[in-house]
Amino acid sequence: MDKTVNNRAWFMVLPVLVLVAFNAVIPLMTVVNYSVQESFAGNVFFFEGSKWFEQVLHSDRFHAALGRQFLFTGIILAIEIPLGVGIALAMPRKGPWVSVCLVLMALPLLIPWNVVGAIWNIFALPSYGLLGRSINALGISFNFTRDVFDAWFTLILMDVWHWTSLVVLLAYAGLMAIPDAYYQAAKIDGASRWAVFRYIQLPKMRRVLTIAVLLRLMDSFMIYTEPFVLTGGGPGNATTLLSIDLVKIAQGQFDLGPAAAMSLIYFLMVLVMSWVFYTVMTREEART
Amino acid sequence: MARIDLADIAHAYGPKPQSEADYALKRIDLTFKQGGAYALLGPSGCGKTTMLNLMSGLLVPTEGSVLFDGIDVTEQTSEQRNIAQVFQFPVVYDTMTVYENLAFPLRNRRVDGAVLDARVRQIADMLDLTRALEQKARRLTADAKQKISLGRGLVRSDVSAMLFDEPLTVIDPQLKWQLRSQLKTLHRQVGNTMIYVTHDQTEALTFADTVIVMYDGRVVQVGTPEELFERPNHTFVGYFIGSPGMNVLPANVEGRTATVAGHPISLPRVYERLANARVELGVRPEFVKIATDGKGLPVRISRVDDVGRFKIARVRLVNHTLNVMVGEDVQLSGDSAAIEFDPSHLHIYADGELVEGRA
Amino acid sequence: MTDVAAGQAVSTPVAARRVRSRVGFSWIVPALYIFFLLVPIYWLLNMSFKTTNEILGTFSLWPRDFTFANYAKIVSDPVWYNGYLNSILYATLNTVIAVSAALPAAYAFSRYRFLGDKHLFFWLLTNRMAPPAIFALPFFQLYSSVGLFDTHIAVALAHCLFNIPLAVWILEGFMSGVPKEIDETAYVDGYSFQRFFFKIFIPLIAGGIGVAAFFCFMFSWVELLLAKTLTSVAARPIASVMTRTISISGYELGVLAAAGALTIIPGAIVIYFVRNYIAKGFALGRV
Repeated sequence: MDKTVNNRAWFMVLPVLVLVAFNAVIPLMTVVNYSVQESFAGNVFFFEGSKWFEQVLHSDRFHAALGRQFLFTGIILAIEIPLGVGIALAMPRKGPWVSVCLVLMALPLLIPWNVVGAIWNIFALPSYGLLGRSINALGISFNFTRDVFDAWFTLILMDVWHWTSLVVLLAYAGLMAIPDAYYQAAKIDGASRWAVFRYIQLPKMRRVLTIAVLLRLMDSFMIYTEPFVLTGGGPGNATTLLSIDLVKIAQGQFDLGPAAAMSLIYFLMVLVMSWVFYTVMTREEART
Repeated sequence: MARIDLADIAHAYGPKPQSEADYALKRIDLTFKQGGAYALLGPSGCGKTTMLNLMSGLLVPTEGSVLFDGIDVTEQTSEQRNIAQVFQFPVVYDTMTVYENLAFPLRNRRVDGAVLDARVRQIADMLDLTRALEQKARRLTADAKQKISLGRGLVRSDVSAMLFDEPLTVIDPQLKWQLRSQLKTLHRQVGNTMIYVTHDQTEALTFADTVIVMYDGRVVQVGTPEELFERPNHTFVGYFIGSPGMNVLPANVEGRTATVAGHPISLPRVYERLANARVELGVRPEFVKIATDGKGLPVRISRVDDVGRFKIARVRLVNHTLNVMVGEDVQLSGDSAAIEFDPSHLHIYADGELVEGRA
Repeated sequence: MTDVAAGQAVSTPVAARRVRSRVGFSWIVPALYIFFLLVPIYWLLNMSFKTTNEILGTFSLWPRDFTFANYAKIVSDPVWYNGYLNSILYATLNTVIAVSAALPAAYAFSRYRFLGDKHLFFWLLTNRMAPPAIFALPFFQLYSSVGLFDTHIAVALAHCLFNIPLAVWILEGFMSGVPKEIDETAYVDGYSFQRFFFKIFIPLIAGGIGVAAFFCFMFSWVELLLAKTLTSVAARPIASVMTRTISISGYELGVLAAAGALTIIPGAIVIYFVRNYIAKGFALGRV
C-alpha cells in the first residue's frame, strides 16, 4: 500500500512503545546490571563468560538438542500450517454452526499448558490411556515412555492438537475479511475453485499467514512445559528439546551467568530465524 | 448483448416475508432493451443494488423471474448468464499484471493465443491502459483499477449485459468526470446493454438514455433525463433530480387556479377539485423568475448563493420557502422581490403523485 | 418504451423459495477436526470425575467411581475460586489495555511511513522471543519498586510485554487489507478522523479485533511464570494455585483435571463473545 510519510505517527505508536519498553528494557537493564556487577568483582568472569559461550556452542549435547529442536519445529510447521489453512477454508461462513465451530476449536488453546501435558501423559499411557490402549489394541505396540518413535509421535500429536486451532482462527478471520465482491467477480470471470484460492484467497491471507507462521515458529522453538510434563525429555534424551536441555543445564550451575548466556544464544537463534521467515514472506510487499 | 426482462420480480432478504415492509424490492415489472444505457437512480436503501444483483445472478429473487432475450435465467448463475459486473470497489487480481487481469476471463473460457492477445490489447487501448499492461495490478491507482475491472467485463465479446454498482464511489472527484465520459463513449462504441446504479444524479443523467428512479423498493418513474426533468411523476423525483430540486408548495386547486399562501396562480390545465388529499404545486427553480416589473408574488429574500453561471435565491413566500434560479445579470436589491412562475411548467400533485389535468 | 407497474401491495402468497442447492461435503473436514479436538477434552472430563487412584490405576472410559469430590474441592476452597476470579480479572484487563494501545499503533504502521518504523515493528515481535524465565526476578524487582506487587494491574501490565506485539501484528495485518481509498473517500465525504475510525474503519477490521482480543486473553490466561512471580495472595492466579496442587500433595491428578476443565470456561465465554467479530465478513460498507 502507498504509505504516506508522517513522522507524527510516532504519537500513535507511543502507548505501545511505553508499555512494551517498560516491561522489556527495564528488566533487561537489570540483567545487564548483574553481569556488570559480577565483572567488577573479578574480570575473570568476562573471560570465562566468552569461553562458556564457545563451550556451549561447540558441545555435542547442544548440537543434539538443537537438531531435535529443528526437527520438531520443522514437522510442526509442516503439519499445522497447511492443516490450519485447510480447515479454515472448509469451515462454514454463515449460520449457527459458525459459533459452535469457533468455540469448540478454541478449547484446546485455553487449557493451561501443564494440564495439556498431564492430559496427554495419561491419555497416551499404554495401559490406562484411551489413545495408548487403542493403538495397542490395533496390534501396534505402543509405549511412549520407552520407545523413541512413540514418544515423538505423541509429542507431535499433542502439539498439533493444542495449537492448530491458533492457525485455524487466524486463517479463518483472514478469510472472512476478504470482501464478497472478490468472490463475485471471480464467479463472473468464470474462475475455478483452485483459481479462487490461488489468486484471491491466498494472496489476501498472506499477512495473516505470516503471523501464524511466525507465532508457531517462535512458540514451538521455545516450547517447554508441555513436553516436559509429557515425557520429561525422555525416553533418555529423545525428546529433550532445546529449552528443556537449557533448563537442565542451568539448574546444574550456581550462578546467573551461564543461564543468561544460554538465554542469549537462544534468543539470537529465534531472532535470526524469525527475521529470515519474515523477510521471505513479506518480500512481495517490500518490492512495492 | 441481451434484452433483460424482470417479470413480476419481488425480493425479500429475510426467510419468511409477511408484509410489504419485509420486501427490499416490491413487485416490479421492467424491461431493459438491447443495447440501451440505463441508470438506476435513488437514495441508499431504495433497492437499486438489490435489483442489480437479481439481474446479475448474485441473488435469487423471492418471487418472479428474470429473462434474458426471453429465456428464463432465474436459476442460472452469473457465469451462465454471461454478464459483466463492475463493483463499487475496484476488484483486481493483485498478484497478476494488468495484462493477465484482462486475459483472465478469456483464459477461463479457453480462449488463447493470438485471439486472446489481440482482444486484450484492443480493450486496453480502448481504456487507455496500454502503457500499464506489464505492471502489477496492485500498484495502480483506484481509477485505473476500476478501468481494469471494466476491461475484464468488456474483454468478453459475448457479454450479455454490463452492470455497474456505483463504480465511481472511491474515485477521486477530479477523475470522476473523466471516467464518466469514458463510460459514455464506451457505450457508443461497444453498444452493450449497460445498467448503471448510482445515487448521484449527475452520473445517472449524463450516462443514461433512460433513467429509472427508485425509492423505498419501488420504481417511481422511468424516462429520459429530459422527461424526468420536465415532467416528474412524483414529488420525490422532483426533489431528487435537479440541483436544487423542484419547489413543492401546498396549494388549493380548483379549475384553473391554484391558491398558494393566499395568492392565486393560473394553471395551464383544468383540474377537478381534489378532496381528501395532500395537494401540492410543483415548479422547478429554473422556471421561477424574478419579475422585472415588480409585479408578481411578493417574497422576502433570505439568501442568495452565487453558483458561477447563475445565482440561486432562497426566498420566502409568506411561510413557504422557494428556490429561484436567477441569471447572472439580474440584480437583486433589498430583501424583497416579486416572482412569477412559468405557467407551462407548473405541476399539480396529489399525495405526491402527478395529477393530469384537462386541457 | 418500458413497462412499469409501480410496486403494489404484495397479496399473492410467496412462491416457493428457490434455493440453488450447493451440495458440499466440506463440512466433514471441520467435523473430523473438532472430533479430534474433543476426544482429549472428553478424556479430561473423564479424569476430573475420577479419583487419582482410579486415573493411575485402571483404564475406564467412564469413571467407575464417579465422584464430584474434585470439583467440590475446588469450588469450596476460596483460594481456588479466588484464583479464577483473579485470573479472569487480570486477563481481561490485559486484553483491554493491549488491544486499545495496539489499535492506533497498528494504524500508524499500516498507513504511515516514519523514522524507524520497520525496525520498531520487528522489535515488537522480538519481545516474544525471550524465554520468560530470565525475566522473572527483574520483573519482581521492577514491579515491587513501583509498589504494584501482588496487584492485578501488575500482571496485566507485565503481560503487555508479549501481548501487545501480538495485538499490533495481528491488527496491522487486518488493517493493511483495508485499502487506503476508503480512508480518503471518508475524508472527502467530510468525516473527521475519529468518526471515520470508529464508525467506518473499526467495523471493517472487526475480524482482526476479535482474533487479537481472544489471543491476548488466551495467552494472558495461560501464562504461569510471570503471574506467579508478581503475585502472592491478593491477586493470586489460578495457574499458581494449580501448580501448588502438584507440589504439595504430590500429583493430585483428579483435582488438576477438574481445575483444567474449569479453566476452559472463561476463555470459551470470551470467544463466544467475539465470534461475531471473527466471522464478520467485510461488508462493502456504505461509505
